[in-house]
Amino acid sequence: MNRIGLFITCVNDALYPETPKAVVTVLERLGYEVDFPQAQTCCGQMHANSGYRDHATGLARGFERAFGEYEAIVTPSGSCAAMARDQYPDLIGGGIGARVYELSEFLIDQAGVDDVGARFPHTVTYHPTCHGTRALGLGDKPLRLLRAVGGIELIDLPEPDQCCGFGGTFALKNAEVSSAMLDDKCRNAAGTGAEYLAAADNSCLSHIGGGLSRAARASRGVPKPIHYAEILASAP
Amino acid sequence: MNAREEILARLRESLEGAGPAPEVPRDYRRALEPGTDVVDLLIDRLEDYRARVHRGTGAIADALGDARRVVVPADLPAEWRTGGAEFVEDDRLPTADLDAADAVLTGCAAAVAVSGTIMLDAGPAQGRRAVSLVPDHHVIVVERERIVGHLAEALPRLHRSNPQTWISGPSATSDIELQRVEGVHGPRRLDVVISDD
Amino acid sequence: MSTAFPKAAKVALGMPQLRSNLAHATGAIRAKRTDVAGELDDWEELRSTAAAVKADVQHRLPELALEFERNARAAGARVHWARDAAEANRIAARITCEAGADEVVKVKSMATQEIELNEHFEAEGLAAWETDLAELIVQLAEDRPSHILVPAIHYNRTEIREIFNERMPDAPSDLTDDPAALAEAARLHLRRRFLSAKVAVSGANFAIAESGALVVVESEGNGRMCLTMPETLISVVGIEKLLPRFDDLEVFMQLLPRSSTGERMNPYTSVWTGATEGDGPEDVHIILLDNGRSGVLADEVGRQALSCIRCSACLNVCPVYERTGGHAYGHVYPGPIGAILAPQLEPGEHDDLPYASSLCGACYEVCPVKINIPEVLVHLRRQGPHGAGERAVMGAAQRVMARPRLWRAALRAARFLSRPWRGRGHVRRLPWPGSKWTGSRDMSVPPRLSFRDWWKERER
Repeated sequence: MNRIGLFITCVNDALYPETPKAVVTVLERLGYEVDFPQAQTCCGQMHANSGYRDHATGLARGFERAFGEYEAIVTPSGSCAAMARDQYPDLIGGGIGARVYELSEFLIDQAGVDDVGARFPHTVTYHPTCHGTRALGLGDKPLRLLRAVGGIELIDLPEPDQCCGFGGTFALKNAEVSSAMLDDKCRNAAGTGAEYLAAADNSCLSHIGGGLSRAARASRGVPKPIHYAEILASAP
Repeated sequence: MNAREEILARLRESLEGAGPAPEVPRDYRRALEPGTDVVDLLIDRLEDYRARVHRGTGAIADALGDARRVVVPADLPAEWRTGGAEFVEDDRLPTADLDAADAVLTGCAAAVAVSGTIMLDAGPAQGRRAVSLVPDHHVIVVERERIVGHLAEALPRLHRSNPQTWISGPSATSDIELQRVEGVHGPRRLDVVISDD
Repeated sequence: MSTAFPKAAKVALGMPQLRSNLAHATGAIRAKRTDVAGELDDWEELRSTAAAVKADVQHRLPELALEFERNARAAGARVHWARDAAEANRIAARITCEAGADEVVKVKSMATQEIELNEHFEAEGLAAWETDLAELIVQLAEDRPSHILVPAIHYNRTEIREIFNERMPDAPSDLTDDPAALAEAARLHLRRRFLSAKVAVSGANFAIAESGALVVVESEGNGRMCLTMPETLISVVGIEKLLPRFDDLEVFMQLLPRSSTGERMNPYTSVWTGATEGDGPEDVHIILLDNGRSGVLADEVGRQALSCIRCSACLNVCPVYERTGGHAYGHVYPGPIGAILAPQLEPGEHDDLPYASSLCGACYEVCPVKINIPEVLVHLRRQGPHGAGERAVMGAAQRVMARPRLWRAALRAARFLSRPWRGRGHVRRLPWPGSKWTGSRDMSVPPRLSFRDWWKERER
């Protein structure tokens, strides 16, 4: 399983290139060969969870075409990994969903590594995103990887298991409720005094980060959003 | 079609092609860890509910406190009727008489230690339901052999077709800001006498 | 497509006292539930069994309903069947009148809330008095319940004292806002009513098919009063409340109180089988209620909503419920369970409720009967109507994403068009529909170089 198919996700493809770059860095540091199939686009989660099953099925088939040859597919998103694992069997059948791993799952369960040899001398608070934690059952895997990072100081986030209010189209359809949830998450994050707020999903981070960036205009000392893969990639 | 036939027909129609019922796994616990002291556990749970716990039938008079008129089921053992109170046997007493009583003294069918639950099933020394409900103070004698650890051990001991009341502490409400307040419509005081004599 | 929920939610979000009452109450009960569920090392096994028992009941509903009817009748109960709310109300009103009464005392019951029995009785010139403390508060305030377990969860103690002072004629003049004093006032207010009532109306938490028994789970003793003191008892029971065997209570009575009030056991559980001479009501009626349940049963995915035991754990952990309260849902069943039950019980209505969730999954995690609420929400979104605008956007997005070359071109175009904002790193304000996003958060700007550019560079 030394050759890995990297699924960067549509959100990172469009907005956050640093995260998939970090995944490549970490996996290569551990001796894996990483492939980036050019035909990848989106796992279909937005369509599936918004009620467009046929559209989602089409995208799932596209995923299968792009990644069918890989024994292990790694992605820096708990949410997209959960989509593939939970919903692909129903949408397209076959076993590809079970071969998709969120990064921390792959590192800890498949590679057997806790310490990826990173150094990040900063204060960090970690938000366990809902799909990663509940749908995928990541537990504290991303935190275990972060704890092994040199120089890092982890600060507990209050009410960590509370949803940040993103929820895909929920953020638009129920914008006011989403925003109220976001306010609480941002307040808790800012209250830690950490320099960074880390998470396993850039979709949630784009929402929390968007709130934090607004809060940063009112007060200083607001944490910067960062995908935990980027912390793992930082060189000693 | 009458309502009964129509509802049954709708249910059957909805279940067309639903396949067989799933297997029910039964691998949960049916007893506590061997060696658990169920009496201690029961006392701990009861006190957590703010019930008062006494040991030995000699403590019944204490448990009844200053109650003067105490309603008892007609078949309550004579040796439990101790102390200076007047014991009034329930012979279909009118509700007003029950309401005027200071306390009620009964036995029970079973007690579950892990949840502090005392079960009445209208069996010996328990009386009818109104008797253990209307008076404001309920004293229950729990004989040692009626105490089990786990709910699953208690159910087989109940007389199933009799009216049952499972009691876990005095009446309570958490309806105001989810703050628990003991004592609403059911007996506001619950005293439990554990008899291992 | 209804937009009732987002609108009502917006109103609720503008009420700081409500939000603080809800956050305080749900936070407290969440902690208690976690503690007492954590005491049982077989919690997951219990959940799995409960889910399987309920699925079994659903598969055998006609057979079990008949078994229950047969046994309840043999034990002296009269069993009635009601296709819908109107029929159930008519039966209950008729029995009340035949008993020579013009009022009933009520045990807290979701089924009678669902059929709006109180309103129907009032229209018939009958009175239905709620006796659960929270229901009494809501009834006095002429309000609607906002929570399955704690219908007055949206009021704090001071507000409750005001309601009692203004609307309860026999409230003590020196009533304080101490919860114990408020409970005492309710006790005095209801005592005479309990002891003199001729007819009571209840629901049931469980109906045992093998014996015809009903089970009511409560705390205050108002349930025991209603179930014991009157001559006539009418219990309105949803057909999904059946359990095959009495012994199934060994599973459900561990799960329900711990999930519901966060207690190891609720203060009082009453079990009765038909009528018993000399002990409790001798005129015992059971109304088996369909009211949409048989329709829900037809949906292979959606029918798991019928497993609900009304514990309300899902409400207490739901971040949406915590911020909007129950009224915003516009249905007697609020919160996550309401979001999957209401649209199924009343097809074509409440089609915005399946979207009243961020799919965070906290509800599924705590559900004692393992209802996969996120799964059913998504399932209902698939069935529900979608607006034309949304369909167009989703269709266009899918067509682009389904063609990798087109997708790459679209991302290139986005990077090109967003150049003016790149220096700042984010966009503060977008035109509609992007304004829905930038209303409360900044939008990230696409990077100058994408991951794909970086990868290509590396490959060279």
